[in-house]
Amino acid sequence: MSDARDDIITVGLLSEGTHDPGTPPAGIRRAPTGVDGLATEHLIVNMGPQHPSTHGVLRMLVELDGEEILNAEVTLGYLHRGIEKLAEHRRFDALGTLMDRGDYVSGIMGETAVALAVERLMEIEVPRRARWIRVMMAEINRIATHLLWYGTMGLDTGAMGPFLYAMRDRESLLDILEAVSGARMMFNYVRPGGVVADLPAGIDTKIREFCDAFDTYVEEHDAILSGNEIFQARLKGIGVIDAEKALAFGLTGPNLRASGVDFDLRKKRPYDAYDEMEFDVPLGSTGDAMDRFSVRMEEMRQSSRIIRQCIEGMPEGEHTAKVPKVLKPPAGEVYTSVESARGEVGIHLVTDGGTSPYRMHYHGPSLYALQALEDLMPGHLIADGVVMIGSTDIMLGEVDR
Amino acid sequence: MALDRLTGENSLLFIKSEQLFDLARTNSLWYISFGIACCAIEGLMSASGPRFDFDRSGVFFRNSPRQADVMIVAGTVNVKMADTVRRLYEQMPEPKWVVAMGACASTGGPFREYPNVVMGVDKVIPVDVYVPGCPPRPESVQYAFIELRKKIKAKTEERLAARR
Repeated sequence: MSDARDDIITVGLLSEGTHDPGTPPAGIRRAPTGVDGLATEHLIVNMGPQHPSTHGVLRMLVELDGEEILNAEVTLGYLHRGIEKLAEHRRFDALGTLMDRGDYVSGIMGETAVALAVERLMEIEVPRRARWIRVMMAEINRIATHLLWYGTMGLDTGAMGPFLYAMRDRESLLDILEAVSGARMMFNYVRPGGVVADLPAGIDTKIREFCDAFDTYVEEHDAILSGNEIFQARLKGIGVIDAEKALAFGLTGPNLRASGVDFDLRKKRPYDAYDEMEFDVPLGSTGDAMDRFSVRMEEMRQSSRIIRQCIEGMPEGEHTAKVPKVLKPPAGEVYTSVESARGEVGIHLVTDGGTSPYRMHYHGPSLYALQALEDLMPGHLIADGVVMIGSTDIMLGEVDR
Repeated sequence: MALDRLTGENSLLFIKSEQLFDLARTNSLWYISFGIACCAIEGLMSASGPRFDFDRSGVFFRNSPRQADVMIVAGTVNVKMADTVRRLYEQMPEPKWVVAMGACASTGGPFREYPNVVMGVDKVIPVDVYVPGCPPRPESVQYAFIELRKKIKAKTEERLAARR
């Protein structure tokens, strides 16, 4: 072992400080030989928390034999800011502000989850118009989330162009969201009892214009990446999660559906107005990265379909039910879940009759996808590991909370 | 300093070397792509997208701290993250500047009650420009860079005035 090699392995990567590269640190298994039958020295590489392709502040310790990953260990907690604990000191109508900042790209879905929980506890009947507005805004937000994923997926596989096209479309969606809710990202729009404000005048033309343009653009998006031979080669057969494994890891959302399991909360446990909507749930077959890509692309088309139905059939009426200024649900316990862009976002709310929750548990789908990643990575090349992180669409704000 | 009018044939330009450096520095403020939380989507991703396009004012992202001039602290810094933030800052070459983007990086924001959250990134590294908002719009970050340029130039002017 030369001195130089020693430096590479030990400088700041492991908390133990210097260690003998011959003996692996605790928790890292060492494979006997490399892929090619040659025994080479293993290298432990630190990815993150500052790394352009870890989608936030994910930190991974990756043990490499040449370019092959032998072992991956995820370190969490770089964005832990106590959302669950802080919720115990927020009023019930302000819980949405915390949910916005949990999964910060798809805020409307998180807000809906917490609003549904409070409504069920207080037995509030939500007006039909409010439920339709919620569905429409959630689907607009879903497209915005998937577009961001699409852009970063391109960046992860080395394509800069798709990101720019995706951001162009995302900006028009954010314009709509801003016109309706007043904010580009932290909406706090869905409140217990309905939504905070009615739709502004003329928004339907704006949304219709977007849908018309997007139906063309989404085909372009799909063609740019999935029509590319290099992109296909990078994604096909990478990170295969079969149905059994997906269920065992507790995956939800597009990651689960890519493995061929037909489970969509919008169909299976309809909330808001999803039982009145007509849409298909795309399914994958093999559960590799390409399937996860195709499922999300198809979901964007279906979301556009739902948005159109919402504009055409938007019912008249109140945008919110009559709710007291200070919400005081009776003591009890409730679990509600919504289908967010990443999977099942669940809220387990325990109340003691006060003005703030006794305990709020936030069940986010990204944490489970991250667990699966750790299991998937060994045996792949390091460049494919990046593709796997991208294809499972993890959101670290939701993982660390 | 209208450079375009001075760069004709046979033209000479007299400029203090410090001012020349400032000219270069203020027009290529490269930031490190280090997104921590929500603000990263607005301040780093939307910012490099086609609508806001920070690239046109010379503000572009670099993936390595060794190539960066500016660090946009975009998000909540907690105790575990604070070490990393300081280490990344120390890895950046001089001269370097810091933009604290959003309420969290400025003061702890909506999470300030939680003991794990650092009450503003200025407890860890020196900050040049604070941007209010939760999250601030990309335009606000653009404005922060305009202010940063003014600050860089003002420092040189101050130094030159003291020497006169």
